[in-house]
Amino acid sequence: MSVISMTVNGKPASADIEARTLLVQFIREQLGLTGTHVGCDTSQCGACVVHVDGRAVKSCTMLAAQAEGAEILTIEGLAPNGELHPVQAAFREHHGLQCGFCTPGMIMTAVDMIRRIPDLDEETVREELEGNICRCTGYHNIVKAILAASQEMR
Amino acid sequence: MYQFNYERPKTLADAEALLAKSDDPKILAGGQTLIPTLKQRLAMPSDLIDIGGIKDLDFIRAEGDAVMIGAATRHAKVAQSAEVKKHNPALAALAAGIGDPAVRHMGTLGGSIANNDPAADYPAACLALDAKIHTTKRLIEADEFFKGMFETALQDGEIIKEVTFPHPEKAAYMKFRNPASRYAMVGVFVSKGPWGIRVAVTGAGQNGVFRVKEMEEALAKNWSPDAVANIKLPAKGLNADLHGSAEYRAHLVTVMAKRAVAAAG
Ligand SMILES: Cc1cc2nc3c(=O)[nH]c(=O)nc-3n(C[C@H](O)[C@H](O)[C@H](O)COP(=O)(O)OP(=O)(O)OC[C@H]3O[C@@H](n4cnc5c(N)ncnc54)[C@H](O)[C@@H]3O)c2cc1C
Ligand code: FES
Ligand code: FES
Repeated sequence: MSVISMTVNGKPASADIEARTLLVQFIREQLGLTGTHVGCDTSQCGACVVHVDGRAVKSCTMLAAQAEGAEILTIEGLAPNGELHPVQAAFREHHGLQCGFCTPGMIMTAVDMIRRIPDLDEETVREELEGNICRCTGYHNIVKAILAASQEMR
Repeated sequence: MYQFNYERPKTLADAEALLAKSDDPKILAGGQTLIPTLKQRLAMPSDLIDIGGIKDLDFIRAEGDAVMIGAATRHAKVAQSAEVKKHNPALAALAAGIGDPAVRHMGTLGGSIANNDPAADYPAACLALDAKIHTTKRLIEADEFFKGMFETALQDGEIIKEVTFPHPEKAAYMKFRNPASRYAMVGVFVSKGPWGIRVAVTGAGQNGVFRVKEMEEALAKNWSPDAVANIKLPAKGLNADLHGSAEYRAHLVTVMAKRAVAAAG
């Protein structure tokens, strides 16, 4: 066991954990932030995507220890004052979710892609969603929501 | 995952010392292959030596007629690098096509070639571009580095520091990707440069990445897609799995080689 510390959604967080603890376990089990989901646990589905120092990563495929000292942003940190982030609002507006299981990962991936790619088009959005799987929506409305949010955030 | 001890050294010297004193250590880079392997309990290292904190291993530098890339440089950084795009656009495009954005934010060049997955992309680039692999112990030519499926010339405790990619005159990589895993069903990297002409194939060979001499000779006489159009590899020795038969992969090698030569111009 050893103590690791990082900043999660702007607040310091630390815990005494085993070296084999995954970042997603740290976030969900130590911090109780259960917005980040585990869909596959095999690096495929993207339900667990969070931002580490501003970059989208799969938190099921990273050790918590690798994030020592890092700034983590989870879905809970996107709307700190209760007002939905433009990407969240666009998902609601465009019906970009059904069961909602994939949604936290979809939204964290979307926020990352909008930041990196200023002039998103449909093809690019679909390509960028390569690592996020949705079992419900068929993706069309997710793509619409991301394109709308990217316009809005310009 | 089994238990292990975790270390995050700040310098290469510290990493080497830790590797030397541990029982059965493993280097951790981006973790995009190693962590899934640990989760499946396919490996049981005593110690994980995380090289992600070593700043000297994370760089891209163009110098003379080559680009040098640090072993711990992430795929996303190679894909976006102005230097790589300028001198070696085929390499930047290859990096941009690995996995998905989250995988590219973590996965590293050194991890990819050390792992030498038979369907990985970077090994094809190294072999086709006559890359030089610098380790803590020596310089290894790409031709000597890849030894078979998941096997390389690396010895215990040897860390890849950087890879030198000489600029090609012409190059392109074409990958027919598995739609589920994004790995190459077959990927073909063709190049023309100071080293002559090379054709490297990933995804197809049971022993990992390999060169196709017959295609190289044909392209030396006539650099055009037609030159390789009638060269078929024997299916024997190629991968067969639920995604495709050996015959299918043999066919794809010719198709991807043609497309790569066309794209290289
Ligand atoms: C969903 C998914 C999709 C993927 N798709 C593709 C794809 O399309 N194409 C592709 O090529 N790859 C793909 N990958 C693999 C990805 O590129 C990995 O990042 C890469 O194979 C390993 O790099 P890493 O930095 O994550 O290494 P790690 O997983 O940390 O390590 C891998 C191995 O390399 C060793 N190692 C790491 N660095 C060094 C070093 N500097 N010196 C010596 N040994 C070292 C480690 O000990 C370990 O054995 C995919 C992975 C995932 C999870
Ligand atoms: S839970 Fe991490 S990718 Fe599916
Ligand atoms: S909304 Fe159900 S998995 Fe995407």
